[in-house]
Formats: sequence, structure tokens, C-alpha cells
Amino acid sequence: MTVPLGAYIVVSAALFFIGCAGVLVRRNAVVILMCVELMLNAANLALVAFSRKYGSIDERGSVFVIFVFVIAAAEVAVGLGIILSAYRNRPVVDVDEIHQMRG
Amino acid sequence: MISLVWLIPAFPLAAFLVNGLFGRRWLGRLTGVIASVAVGLSALVSIGVFLEVLGGKTQTVVVPLYRWIAVGDFSINVSALVDPLSSTMLLVVTVVSFLIFVYSNGYMAHDAGFYRFFTWLSLFVFAMLILVMADNYLLMFVGWEGVGLCSYLLIGFWFERPAPYYAAKKAFVMNRIGDWGYTIGIITIFLAFGSMNFLDVFNRLQASAMPRDTLTLICVALFFGATGKSAQLPLYSWLPDAMEGPTPVSALIHAATMVTSGVYLVARSMPLFEAAGPSLQVVGIVGAITAIFAATIALVQFDIKRVMAYSTVSQLGYMFLALGVGAPAAAIFHLATHAFFKALLFLGSGSVIHGLGGEQDMRKMGGLRRKMPVTFWTMLVAGGALAALPPLAGFWSKDEILGAAFVNGQLILYAIGILTAVLTAFYVTRALWMTFYGEPRDHHLFDHAHESPRVMTLPLMALAVGSAVLGIVIGFPPEQGFVHRFLAPVVEAAGVAERTPELATIVALAVVSVVAGAIGIAIGLSMYVRHRPDPAALTRAAGPVYRVLVNKYYVDELYDHRFVEAARAFAGAAWAFDIHIIDGLANRLGWALAMGGQGLRRAQTGVVGNYALTIVAGLLLILVAYGGYAAGILGR
Repeated sequence: MTVPLGAYIVVSAALFFIGCAGVLVRRNAVVILMCVELMLNAANLALVAFSRKYGSIDERGSVFVIFVFVIAAAEVAVGLGIILSAYRNRPVVDVDEIHQMRG
Repeated sequence: MISLVWLIPAFPLAAFLVNGLFGRRWLGRLTGVIASVAVGLSALVSIGVFLEVLGGKTQTVVVPLYRWIAVGDFSINVSALVDPLSSTMLLVVTVVSFLIFVYSNGYMAHDAGFYRFFTWLSLFVFAMLILVMADNYLLMFVGWEGVGLCSYLLIGFWFERPAPYYAAKKAFVMNRIGDWGYTIGIITIFLAFGSMNFLDVFNRLQASAMPRDTLTLICVALFFGATGKSAQLPLYSWLPDAMEGPTPVSALIHAATMVTSGVYLVARSMPLFEAAGPSLQVVGIVGAITAIFAATIALVQFDIKRVMAYSTVSQLGYMFLALGVGAPAAAIFHLATHAFFKALLFLGSGSVIHGLGGEQDMRKMGGLRRKMPVTFWTMLVAGGALAALPPLAGFWSKDEILGAAFVNGQLILYAIGILTAVLTAFYVTRALWMTFYGEPRDHHLFDHAHESPRVMTLPLMALAVGSAVLGIVIGFPPEQGFVHRFLAPVVEAAGVAERTPELATIVALAVVSVVAGAIGIAIGLSMYVRHRPDPAALTRAAGPVYRVLVNKYYVDELYDHRFVEAARAFAGAAWAFDIHIIDGLANRLGWALAMGGQGLRRAQTGVVGNYALTIVAGLLLILVAYGGYAAGILGR
């Protein structure tokens, strides 16, 4: 049984918009970071699906997914670092409370 | 010795560097000794160079030092042109400078700026020597500007007071106006001849026929430069004000050396002037008018240094008169004798001022001959020389100038010269009488008056010897004396035909000159000794004429009104333009950017949610725009 391409796309789009909504509405910095990961993986899913369907032998789309993993790992490291140091400064994780950078 | 000619300016330059770098902290009073020794050594080398030129077969030698500018075919070297003219100037400059340096050790002894004085004075001598030695117009210009700078620094030596500061500024600005003429002159020379080297220019002048207008432009422009430096009409009025400087500066820069550089420039450029025809007439007429103009002002001045200053302007006028009637040798002769007797008059005045604790007003002097015998006797010699009494130096040189004017048929210039001679004799008599004879008019000053120390009186005596015998030594017999034979190659090279009058003419002219001098002295003595006519009564009788003279023909006021105010107004307008338009533009631009920034900073809320929302909104916008674009393409 083969899953049609449209199903992958629907799942990917759903994941992406869930993540996007999460970024916009949640206030916990850790949750926002997780939602960003969700969006990245939604994109990964789309990449893999298209690669499978239209890709030739070299699987170029899958290679991109590897890149996104690496970038995402780095991003999480930096993001968590920022959250940790902000937390040390003031013990909150609510991003609406952290607005010292206001111009 | 000629190959060592570069040592002459090297000594003062070394003295300038040593005194300027180490004078303040370590050398102190030693700076005077260093500078004097350096200039003394220069004088010795100058004597050697002079003797070698005198005895040498080749009388024009170029001593190169290094190449300064090289552009294609055009090159300018830093080279010394050693010929009779420049070696004479070197000798006069270094010897007179040396005596004045020695004198300054005494005169400036109590001054806080002692080291500064000798630093600038050494630099001045260096610049003056470069001016004299230069073998091209551009290097001469370097010296020309250098002496102008030092003149500025030394006039404003006591810059704590406003008067010297303003006088220095005035001298500098007026010299700059003259320098403008000099610059036009040398640029035109370069365009016309393709060279700035004296010898090249003069050779090419003979080789090819230059248009007369070009030559006239060159000569008039150069002469305009000379009027600035040598204080001739219309740019003379800085020199009397320059008396605000220390007296040795007045003696060295504003009597003996720097102010004669205009005469030297014209004498050096004589081939050009000779070829350019009417420009020499201009030189002679300006010289004669300046001579009598300044002499009339000198009649009524009460500041002893101002009398000497106007006298200097007047005597420089004589030198230009001599150049104008085609007698450069006579001009250089008078330059040399004038350097001695006028330097002596200034140094003598300085000695009087020093002895009176800074008083310069002759109305407060009187009877000083008993208190200051050396100063009195030496100044008497110099005064006699200035009044052209035989056999003192001034007689021989002034007589030659007047003789040259006469035999060249310039009878009007001759008459002006004779009239000026009468005035000169009168004001010298007046100045010396008011200072040294009669009853002391200010007893407090008189009681404290004292003769100057030996270090000051010895140079006075040396200069007095020069003022007494220099004329007869180098100027006898008249028109054929040593100075004429020595300068003959230069004069001939210029294409000047000097006419030698007959003996009877010479004697007759000399008698006229002596009578003119005697008349002036007689009037002076009659007025100040016997009060017939009484000076005060005469002053009242002369009324408006006297007022015009005392106010120096209102020339300063005229210049203030016509030029200074206009320049101020222009400067004010330029200032307003700068402040309001240029600065205003920059400031408004900055203000607009700052305001824009103030507005935009509100966008930076610092809340993460807002940024995220903006990003998503932007993404949606791009998607909608791209979607519309794609739909448009597909729909076609």
C-alpha cells in the first residue's frame, strides 16, 4: 500500500501551522522553542515526501533534511542557552515578561 | 671658498634648531651666544666668498646642493648663485646681522622670551640668506616667505600686548598682498620662459624676442611683490607699525635686510626690467613718490622709532628710484650703506629706549648726550650719514642715485630726490636734537638714564665705523668706485648702459646735494635751537597741513575704510553662510535622522510574540503577493 503524496503534504501543513500557532500564542519560552522544532520537522517531512516522489537516485531532498537537522540542533543549543541565561537573570520563562530590549 | 657657500645659511639654521629644541629647558642665556657665534661664522665665510668672487676669474658660479623638483624637462635645483650681486648682499646681511645679534644679547637680557628671540632671529637670517643665494625665482620665494614669517613672529614678539599682535597681523597680511604679485610674476615667467632659473631666463630673454606685454606683466607683478616686502606705496603702511617689535628686530629686519629684499629682487631681475621698458619708469616714479611721501610724515612724528621707520621707507624709495633710472649699482651701494647707518640709528634708538626704561617718545627725552656719550656720538655719525653729509657713507651713495637720475634726464625724479634730501636732513636734525640736546624734559626719566652696557655699545661703534667710511672706501671716486667696478659684470649682463657723467657735473651735483642737506640741517637747528620759527607756533600756523601729516595722510583710515571693512564684511557674510547654510544643512539632516530614529524605536517592543507575529504576517504577505503573481501568469 502506498500513501499518496497529498497525505504527506496535508500532515506536513498541519504540523507547520500547529507549530506556527504555538509560536504565536504560547508564552513559555521552552514551548516556543519546541514549536519551532515542530515547524522545522514539518518542512522536513515535506522535503522527504517530495524527494521520494520526484527525486532521482541521488535523493537531493533527503540531504537537505540532514542540513536542517544540524541547523536545528545548533538552534536549540543557542536557544536553550539564551533561555537559561535569561532565567538566571530573572527567574521567569514567560517571554512577555522579558522585554528589556524594548527600544 | 665658494664651494663652501652653503655653510653660510647652514650655521644660522643649526643655531635655530639647537636654540629652538634645547633653548627653553637647558640653554637659557647661552642661546644668544650660540646664535651670535653661528652668524659670526657665516659672516667669516661670506667674507671668504666675497674675496674669492673679487679675485676670481669666473664671477658667476652656481653651487648646486640637491635637486628639488623634477617634472619632465623642468627641474628646479636648490642651488646657490654666487656672483658679485649676491656676494655683496651676503656680506652685508651677515655682517650687519652679526653686529645686531651681539647687541641683542644686551638689549634682550631682561626679557623672558630670550631663547625664543634668538631662535626666530636665527631662522630669519637663514631665510634671508636663502633669499639672497637662490639661483631661481622659486627658491627665492621660499626665502621670501621665510623672512615674511619671521618678520611676523618677531613683530609680534611681545604678543601679550594687543598692539604688537595687530601690527604683526597687519604686516603679514600686507606682505601676503605683495606676495600675490610675486606669485603672478613667477608663474608668468614660468609660462613665458619655461624655467624659473635666473640665468636660464635671462639667456632665453636674449635668445628670443618676448612680447613686450608679457615682460611688462612680469615686471609689474614682481615689482608689486617688491612694494609689499620693501614697504613702498601702496603697501608701505605695515612698516611703521612693525616698530612694535623689539628694536633689534626693527634694525635687522625692518631696516637693514628684509625690507631691502624687494630692491634685491628688482636688481636681480634687471634684465627683465630693462627689456620691458616702461616698467622701470613705474619703479622709479613709485620710488620717488614714496621717498618724499614718507619723508614728509617723518617730519612730525614724536616716536623716535617711527621717525626711523618712515625714514627707512623713504630711503628704500631712493633705492627704487635708482633702479628706476637704470642705476642698479647705485641702488645696491645705497642698500649697503643704508644697512649700516640705519641699523645704527635703530640700535642707537634702542640704546636710548633701553637706557630710559622703555620710553620712546622724544618729547620726554632731551639732554641725553651727557648721559649716553657713546650712543650719542655713534648716532650722530649715522644721522650725518642719513643726512648725506660728506664724507660719511650716505653722502656717496645718495649722491650717486641723484646723479644717475640727473644724467639719465629724469629731472623731475631728481628734483623730488633733492627735496627729499632737504626733508631728510631736517627730520634727522630734529630727532637727534630732541633726543640728545636741550634741557631734559622729563627729569624723572633723565635721572634714571644710563649708558648701555659694553655688549651694546661695541656693535654701535662698529656700525659707526661702517657708516663713516664705507661710502668713501667702496664709492670713491664717484660713479667709478669699487662697488661699480665690482658690480659691473651684473650691470652689463642686464644690458644697462650706465652713463658716467663728467667730473664737473659730478662736483656740481655733489655741491647741490650738500647744500640741500645743509639747508635741511640749518632749518632744523634754527627751529629747535633758536626757535625761529618756533616749532609749536609753526604747528599752529600750519594747521590742517600739520594734522594731515601727523595722521599720516589718513592712509590707514582710508585702507580701513576701503579694504579692511570690505574684507570684514565679506568675512562676516562667509561666516554667516557657513553657520547658517553649511552647518544648518548638516544639522538639519542630523536632526531629521534623529527624529526618524525616535519614531522607529517604538517598533522595537522587545516582546518576542510581536516579532514572531511580524514574521508570520510578512510571510503571509509574501505568499499572497506571490500567489497573485503566479495566478496572473497562469491566467494569461
